[in-house]
Amino acid sequence: MAGDLDGVAPEPGVAKPDPILVADEVQRRYGGLLAVDVGHLEVQRGVITALIGPNGAGKTTFFNLLCGFDRADEGRWTFQGESAEGVKPYKLARRGMVRTFQLTKALAGMTVLDNMLLAPKGQSGERMLASLVPPIWRSQETENLERARDLLQRFKLDHLTDEYAGGLSGGQRKLLEMARALMSQPSLIMLDEPMAGVNPALTQSLLGHVTALRDEGMSVLFVEHDMDVIMTTSDWVVCMAEGRIIAEGRPADIAGNAAVIEAYLGIDHGGTTKGKVS
Amino acid sequence: MTVPDVLRNPRLLLCLVALGVLWPTTVSAQSSKPDAPAATSCAFTKREAVEANGGPFGSAIWGRLCQVKDGKAAYPAGVRITVSQQGKTVGEDTTEAGGVFIIEIPGNGTYDVALDVATLPDGFSLTEKDGSTLRSLGVNLGDQQAIFRMGKDTRGQRTFSDYATTAAKGLRFGLILAVAAVGLSLVYGVTGLVNFAHAELVTIGAIAAYAISAAGVPFWLALVPALVLGAAVGWANDRALWRPLRERRMALLSMMVVSIGLSTAARNILQIAFGPNGRRYTASSGQRENSYGPFSLTGNDLIIMALCVLILVGMTLLLRKTRLGTAIRAVSDNPDLAASSGISVNRIVGVVWALCGALAAAGGIFYGLTVSVRYDMGFILLLAMFSAVVLGGLGNAYGAVLGAVVIGVVQETSGLFVDTAYKYVVALSVLVLVLLVRPQGILGQPERFG
Amino acid sequence: MSWLSILALALQTAIGFQGASYALGAVGLNLHFGYTGLSNFGHVGFLLVGAYGVGIAADQGWSIWTGFALGIGAAVVLGLLLGIPTLRLRGDYLAIVTIAAAEILRLLANARPSEPLTGGSRGIGGLSARLGFYRPNFIPSGTYGIGDSFVFSSGQLWSMLWTWGLAVGATLLVWRLVRSPWGRVLRAIREDEDAATALGKNVVVYKLQSFVLGGVIGSLAGAMIVLNAGSVSPTRWIAPLTFALYTVVILGGAGTVWGPVVGAVVYWFIIDLAEGVLGNLWFDISDTTVGAVRLALMGVGLMLLMIFRPQGILGNKKEVMAGGR
Repeated sequence: MAGDLDGVAPEPGVAKPDPILVADEVQRRYGGLLAVDVGHLEVQRGVITALIGPNGAGKTTFFNLLCGFDRADEGRWTFQGESAEGVKPYKLARRGMVRTFQLTKALAGMTVLDNMLLAPKGQSGERMLASLVPPIWRSQETENLERARDLLQRFKLDHLTDEYAGGLSGGQRKLLEMARALMSQPSLIMLDEPMAGVNPALTQSLLGHVTALRDEGMSVLFVEHDMDVIMTTSDWVVCMAEGRIIAEGRPADIAGNAAVIEAYLGIDHGGTTKGKVS
Repeated sequence: MTVPDVLRNPRLLLCLVALGVLWPTTVSAQSSKPDAPAATSCAFTKREAVEANGGPFGSAIWGRLCQVKDGKAAYPAGVRITVSQQGKTVGEDTTEAGGVFIIEIPGNGTYDVALDVATLPDGFSLTEKDGSTLRSLGVNLGDQQAIFRMGKDTRGQRTFSDYATTAAKGLRFGLILAVAAVGLSLVYGVTGLVNFAHAELVTIGAIAAYAISAAGVPFWLALVPALVLGAAVGWANDRALWRPLRERRMALLSMMVVSIGLSTAARNILQIAFGPNGRRYTASSGQRENSYGPFSLTGNDLIIMALCVLILVGMTLLLRKTRLGTAIRAVSDNPDLAASSGISVNRIVGVVWALCGALAAAGGIFYGLTVSVRYDMGFILLLAMFSAVVLGGLGNAYGAVLGAVVIGVVQETSGLFVDTAYKYVVALSVLVLVLLVRPQGILGQPERFG
Repeated sequence: MSWLSILALALQTAIGFQGASYALGAVGLNLHFGYTGLSNFGHVGFLLVGAYGVGIAADQGWSIWTGFALGIGAAVVLGLLLGIPTLRLRGDYLAIVTIAAAEILRLLANARPSEPLTGGSRGIGGLSARLGFYRPNFIPSGTYGIGDSFVFSSGQLWSMLWTWGLAVGATLLVWRLVRSPWGRVLRAIREDEDAATALGKNVVVYKLQSFVLGGVIGSLAGAMIVLNAGSVSPTRWIAPLTFALYTVVILGGAGTVWGPVVGAVVYWFIIDLAEGVLGNLWFDISDTTVGAVRLALMGVGLMLLMIFRPQGILGNKKEVMAGGR
């Protein structure tokens, strides 16, 4: 709970009482550019941690490194006490670190229900030979089906169950992606800009879901731009700029943090386009 | 950077172009002179056989005994050659001073041809001991040449000149391939399309040049309208097909399949129009190899290579130094960003397609000059072109040029080190291996996730 | 020739061996392209190894079963080898690598030094007799059918029986597989492999499984083609055959269970009908021209299908459109 962070000093790299994710000296270079250079970061279990920073601060890159989608040049990090660097992304997902994408990756040519049913871990019917013998996997499938329908209801997507995901609106896809991630019962859910491109009405509902995840005991790490969202939703905020972590703290600490203000105001658009490599 | 510097001077550039256009006339004037120095090779053709016979002959097995001595061909006289079928002698002949023998046979079939070793003059010998009888020689087209290999086995013994010439020919093929393929890479750069029908752009250019020169236009002048036609076809391709498909947001993989359909249809329509047989340009007849240092090349070879280099340098300057080139590179980089900074993406893509059509046509014409013009010549080149652009990195024009030269040289020179049967295998294997090590190609940028 | 007999001939080709062999070849390709989204443009390579498996077995005096086993084994190896680049390569690169790989195989089979094994450019002949392919044929000799054109000999029926049997068998296997959680993962990879990875699916393993299984089915098609023809030579195994199989898959409906079967029958019916009509016009057209027209027709058909009916005959338009294909 958020209360566990009481008394943790608001300074970069500070130790947390019960970290689910610990990163050390993580670096990623693109050509000559040091896109990510994180000295030490701990992400507390059971709270909502927001990762903020101006454009090109390396948030998404750092995110991709942590869940194995990009390869770090240097650094170590652990997830639930076990080493996680150099681990294939699908293995991290199986260990409970499940992510969503900035540009939603709804499986467009599959129905909403199929999207949901894909997510659960350890499905015996996903083994090639076992898939040929339905009795092996039918009962598990039925259980998953029930859970999927419950979740779709909770995310108010139940009327779209048999629609193709490609036909959904942007906001509905975000919801679906979140519901799908939940379907795999993660311990840490990592959301890459979950509110990007979502209309304001839906933002509230999405935020409600994020808070609900925490209240169910999941840890949430999300990348976000919108300061209002961060102030109202997150328990802890980590601010990155030019690849480094420049500040950490409760939302209230961050709001008045000089380094954060400078990072956001000091980089005007077009001045420095660090991190954008084409 | 001296070569581009020279070429940036427009007057010098003009001189070079003029030289390129005028050269052929002087070269062809030289090469039409009939008298040849003493032959150094034992090659023998039916025409020479007919000449030696003093007139045409009917069903026959013919040939010329010949051995290279001190770099010159020598022909043994008085050697008896016997043709038999199923053990029965059908006919025989004894060679005269020219080494030629012509033995009439009843018609098509399988024959054994035997050389009487005892009648060979001193100084002549067969390469292989058991080479005196050619067994089961098939005659299918009325007559057939019989070749007895003589003298020391020179296969596998190559001079430095052979290596140099082969490398030069590899370079020639690589340059042609570069000109033909670079458009494929440019189009990929601006649209993301892997265009299988690029093969037919190559063919259309070659056929257009053939048709125009067959209509009486001097060959090297016919190049110009052929390139213009190629550009028009390229542009029309985009305007009529690809642009509408882009606007429908068709997936790239689906567009690739469409291009396969287009390629198949166009190739077969060209076959119906042009006929299934290969034809040769008038400019490629009567070409002889001359020695330039260690290289033995024809005049055409030199012109082709010079024009290829000229075209490639011109393309580089276009991409690097002009506003159009900057716009092309911007669209390649990021079409949305380019559009938002005021570039008309559709217009640029159209221009790139026209450029692609013209370059492909030029490549096709040059390739046609070195081999022959056929309805499927582009399709035959297609895999090599793909290999070139993929090897260099898809969408990277300079990479395509580098890839093409690598593929060309590797393909041609590999014949020196491995069995020629594996020539293409080696080139394709290079492609596969390079991609396994460097999936984005030699000059390609690694993709950044997210 | 009457129009009725042209129709009958076209139907004979469509449900005969031609239709069957293309259906079998397309089932495997459908698994790759239609279900997994793998841009395998070298499918003909799998057919080739199946074909030469049988051919080499005949040449060496081995049994027909050894021949099939050889072909299947080679297809498994080829599937795994082609799978390696898929670990790292994007779709367009993969397309070119697979074409190149198939062409390498063909050139190797064609090369003079391979003659002792593959017969080089001449290939291997008389193999169905040497393997005793028709020996167990229980269908009494004679002809079966209606009229003069729609008839099959007992030998034709025998190879049809086997090939259709394999095609339907393979289709049923694919049907079972794709209607399971395993098939769901394949479709997810087709739609977006990063999303599948983020949900803990080992994409590489599924791609390899798809490659190998589809390849093995393809090798069976190759084996049946040479058993029916009685000989194997390198000229047949070229990229246009892969393209024809793509046309079949898309015509029937990529990513549908019965698409390849329906596609193959319709494809051959149209192609053979066109050939029959062209051969019987009031003016003469040479055989080469008829062949070219046939292929041009295939090309135009593939384009039009892809543009105006990407879901083919059996596909679901909504699925294809939603998937943005």
